[in-house]
Amino acid sequence: MTPFAFDVAHMFAGGLVLVSLMMLYQDRLLPLINVLRLHSLLLTLSVAWQAHIQQLPDLYVTAVIAFGFKTVAIPIVLRRMVLRMGIHREIEVAVSTGLTMLVGIGLIALSMDLMLRVTARAALLVREDVALSLSVVLLGLLIMVTRRNAVSQIIGFMSLENGLVLAGTGASGMPLVVEISVAFSVLIAFIVIGIFLFRIRERFDTVDVQALDRFRGERQ
Amino acid sequence: MSLLPLNPVSALLLTPLVAAAVLALVQDYRLSARVNMAASAIALLFAVVLLRGHPPVTRFFIIDDLNIIFILLNTLIGLTTSIFSASYIGHELESGRLTPGYLRFYHATFQLMMFGMNLALTANNIGLMWVAIELATLTTVMMVGIYRTHEAIEAAWKYFILGSVGIALALFGTILVYLAAVSVLGEGLGSMAWSNLLQHATALDPALLNVALIFLLLGYGTKVGLVPMHAWLPDAHAEGPTPVSAVLSGLLLNVALYALLRFKMLIEASPGAIAFGPLLILLGLVSLLFAAFMLYRRRDIKRLFAYSSIEHMGIIAFAFGMGGPLGNFAGLLQMVMHSLTKSAIFFTVGHVAQVKGTQRIDEIRGLTTSHPVLGWTLVAGVVAIAGLPPFGIFTSEFLLITSTFARAPVLAVIAVIGLLVAFGALLFQMNRLAFGEPTGSNAAVRASYVPIFVHLALVFAAGLYLPSVMVGWFQNVAVLLK
Repeated sequence: MTPFAFDVAHMFAGGLVLVSLMMLYQDRLLPLINVLRLHSLLLTLSVAWQAHIQQLPDLYVTAVIAFGFKTVAIPIVLRRMVLRMGIHREIEVAVSTGLTMLVGIGLIALSMDLMLRVTARAALLVREDVALSLSVVLLGLLIMVTRRNAVSQIIGFMSLENGLVLAGTGASGMPLVVEISVAFSVLIAFIVIGIFLFRIRERFDTVDVQALDRFRGERQ
Repeated sequence: MSLLPLNPVSALLLTPLVAAAVLALVQDYRLSARVNMAASAIALLFAVVLLRGHPPVTRFFIIDDLNIIFILLNTLIGLTTSIFSASYIGHELESGRLTPGYLRFYHATFQLMMFGMNLALTANNIGLMWVAIELATLTTVMMVGIYRTHEAIEAAWKYFILGSVGIALALFGTILVYLAAVSVLGEGLGSMAWSNLLQHATALDPALLNVALIFLLLGYGTKVGLVPMHAWLPDAHAEGPTPVSAVLSGLLLNVALYALLRFKMLIEASPGAIAFGPLLILLGLVSLLFAAFMLYRRRDIKRLFAYSSIEHMGIIAFAFGMGGPLGNFAGLLQMVMHSLTKSAIFFTVGHVAQVKGTQRIDEIRGLTTSHPVLGWTLVAGVVAIAGLPPFGIFTSEFLLITSTFARAPVLAVIAVIGLLVAFGALLFQMNRLAFGEPTGSNAAVRASYVPIFVHLALVFAAGLYLPSVMVGWFQNVAVLLK
């Protein structure tokens, strides 16, 4: 592999981590959706680049899914949903931004240290990819636990999933990546459809998941 | 890969898939209930064929002594649940909780879920298995939310989010296992096949396996319902239709456990990797103790038995964590007995909740007086699940505790405390439900007793006598599991 090919792959993967960090401090939904779009676009570029340098044409399918579904379709649906529900002005602060950012940086350091150490035997690009993708996965989890809104939880989950696809495409010639990314797309589609169908807004008057907890546990 | 029509593995997988497609089109719910039963019976038939002779390992499918236990159990309980479901949904339709349109959806999803679980169990590929478990999760989420009540939607959402995160972590673990295998087995499907991975386990990079282990344990452990990743389980059991509760407890938890067991075999075979056993023991004991204490305060009858499932998955994880021929044997037996007993209990509870019109334990009293057959069946089920002789769960728990006492007395004491606490709670709750002045409706039940009696009879028979064929078979698997 040429150093140039490596640098470009590295840049896309590192970009994903940076965009994940950007998600952490977006406290309004519409900008958050835009950041998700950027995240998915970077994933598309990264996957397409991997398909090119590893000469695995299958991965172009994953790239097309990442673009058509995650960069275009889902953000549009989410945006429409947020506007229709009239929650685009709401600010959700569960944990202070500074603290979340600090935790996020800690998670990145942790995953770098851990993954670079255990993947000593693998090729350099694979090591970098897996380490960066673990950071994206952990940051996605962090977004999910610090948000209370159902829409931002989905966005957190989607960024987490982008990290997994990054790991899958980076892992040298892993088979079934396409199938797995399709399976994930179906999962996300169901979550989004689920919000629509279950009409969380109508049933609960909010998409704030904390309102769901009213019904938690035993029936009184 | 052979996809000949005569291959029993593909037949086992195609039957539910075709049935799901057919059921999506059938309008009449009586007919679809029958199709559902027929498809489940055919799947069981193919499972028996597989038992009689394992087909050779292919690139995508593997049948060995370990997974055939799960497949048989899966198809058997699939069949009995479809029989129970036929009488259950009739009542739901009359009471207006479900409409014919939803039933069509329900039946098709049921078969799709059976397909997902059978695929996960037969897959010889860690990626394919992951996709299959995700499919099974998705279908059960949809079925849990089918009543569209506040509680059902909340339960489905919680299950969705926690299940998705779990499954995402499991995928990361799967990718790491593949990475560990690539340097030994080369790129491609071969590095994801169980058969290859196990053969070359000693050569895999232990450092990568250690990290993979954590992700797999957290990911699939969520699906097994181990504490502290269990939060979705009671809600999903309590708010979905009862046949789904029976299948969740009886089958889906086992499928996730199967995934963990396969990875455990792989990781334990690698000399440099950290031991999987102690982690399973820890999670198992925590689950057992936590669920045992939670049993006392339950007010909802399905939630009560959902916590009992957490307790039993804890015992099973503990048994496999202890390992060795006896520990694994006890774990396998406990798993089979728990699946049979718990689904029988859920069948009974489903009828009880329908006839009384409530799931609240406070409003269900004196079942043995108002509905003698149903009441005494519930008593028998609870006695069996609490681990009293002469039922099969007693045998496996006894075996587990005695063998643990010889190896690690402290752990055995902790397990015994958990078992006794759970035992007391179950008998206390059973006493409230089954005896005393009857309350609520006295209306006659149109219950289907056959599935319940078949399950309890099997558990009873296993408690009295285990056929030597079965003992030999389980012993083989126990050795296989190390």
